[in-house]
Amino acid sequence: MLSVIGRYLIFLGKLFTRRESLKVYWERFIDECIGIGVSSVFIVAIVAVFIGAVVCVQTRANLVSPVIPIYVVSNIVRDMTLLELSSTFMCVVLAGKVGSNIAGELGTMKITEQIDALEVMGINSASYLVLPKLLAAVFTFPLLAIISGFLGILGGYLAGTLSGIITPEDYIYGIRYSFIPFNVFISIIKAVVFGFLISTISAFQGYNTRGGALEVGQASTSAVTNSCIAVLIADYLLAELLT
Amino acid sequence: MIEIKNISKSFNGRQVLDNVSGVFKKGETSLVIGASGTGKSVLLKCMLDLVRPEAGTTLYDGRDFYVGDEEDKKDIRREMGVLFQGGALFDSKTVHENVQFPLDMLTKMGEGEKKDRVEFCLQRVGLEGTGGRMPSEISGGMKKRVGIARAIVMNPKYLFCDEPNSGLDPLTSIKIDELIKEITDEFDITTVVITHDMNSVLSIGDKIMFLHKGKKLWEGNSQTIMGDTVPELEEFVFCNKALSLMRAGK
Ligand SMILES: Nc1ncnc2c1ncn2[C@@H]1O[C@H](COP(=O)(O)OP(=O)(O)O)[C@@H](O)[C@H]1O
Ligand SMILES: [Mg+2]
Repeated sequence: MLSVIGRYLIFLGKLFTRRESLKVYWERFIDECIGIGVSSVFIVAIVAVFIGAVVCVQTRANLVSPVIPIYVVSNIVRDMTLLELSSTFMCVVLAGKVGSNIAGELGTMKITEQIDALEVMGINSASYLVLPKLLAAVFTFPLLAIISGFLGILGGYLAGTLSGIITPEDYIYGIRYSFIPFNVFISIIKAVVFGFLISTISAFQGYNTRGGALEVGQASTSAVTNSCIAVLIADYLLAELLT
Repeated sequence: MIEIKNISKSFNGRQVLDNVSGVFKKGETSLVIGASGTGKSVLLKCMLDLVRPEAGTTLYDGRDFYVGDEEDKKDIRREMGVLFQGGALFDSKTVHENVQFPLDMLTKMGEGEKKDRVEFCLQRVGLEGTGGRMPSEISGGMKKRVGIARAIVMNPKYLFCDEPNSGLDPLTSIKIDELIKEITDEFDITTVVITHDMNSVLSIGDKIMFLHKGKKLWEGNSQTIMGDTVPELEEFVFCNKALSLMRAGK
């Protein structure tokens, strides 16, 4: 276990040494932003809207006491969404989508000797392939978190008002009530950290694949598992640190 | 000229290469032959410094490849072209982009100049007009050709081919072999071809090195290989029925 973490850290070090020209990275970065970020908007949006809606309905169902004002429902939707759903939950979903994609791509490149082909040309393959993915994840995950946060609250609004369990006025009042802007910041910080963890852990798994197609599948699976574990541990540590 | 000296390599305590030495000359197609799993690819990876052997050195025209860091090696790496076993084409790039890739990364050529060079190389391997296709859309033989085009695009002094005809039909195999030989002669390259195909051995082997279980057991050329009496080599050469009948008849 410790030796794996050691090798992971060495791998991270390799990303930042012997870099190629900025132009090369810029082109790769744009490609990866599309591959990692833009292509995830759909799944992130779906998840956010539905989870926001479910949280709203569930909260209402469990808060039947007449002493609690109704706007507490949307207040809870807001805090849940900003604190956990838009970052942690979204990143667990993205660990599945982005993590398996990165590990599969790099694993295939490794076993078909494409990575060797880069090394033979004198290109730092880890840096060339992984650094743009890392930067793209760190850049796009916060943007996805913002989309997710907005759509989560919107999902709650739609579910709440359409089913008639809360009036639009109450909902809006609730989401504005004792709002702490710092929570949005926390969500963004978390997305940055999780983007870093998911992209590097998955890349590490893929990059160290050895064998054949079977091992590429295994690398994808362990990329998702390990990324999820790392995200959850980091979530706990950040919660201790930031709140 | 490439010299390898006393290369030994083991993986997890298992000796894969044992004190292998040899010389590969300029303008010649040298073959490294042997059964599967005898360490031919590992030897190639040692020569390319993708795998660092425990002992031994590789010299490129007298320059020790194992001293210095990657920055120092760049000069020698620019002079190398490698055709990997499966072609190792980048899946996300077209044929043209694959061949152009080394020029993009390693030179400061202008776009027009690069395009001309790529067209020239594609035409040299008989693939004019296929530049726009993706690697997944072309046959195994074409992939090897693209691999060769990419390997020669930088005008290398040293060309390495790992089993250039694995997975190809006999006719295509011979064509690929001949292409490698022609290119070697035409551009006066030091070429090292790894193979276990007796057809290649007999047709393109200027010089042949036979590996068996990580040891170099024999060295010679395509004329001397039939007459020599190293038991392991005989077994390798005459496992082909036609060849063994031929020998019985002589
Ligand atoms: N990276 C590696 N780690 C462990 N064992 C390896 C590695 N690369 C090659 N080997 C082992 O070395 C031996 C020689 O392999 P190779 O050189 O690929 O054979 P071939 O002569 O068919 O090309 C094989 O038994 C293989 O399992
Ligand atoms: Mg091999």
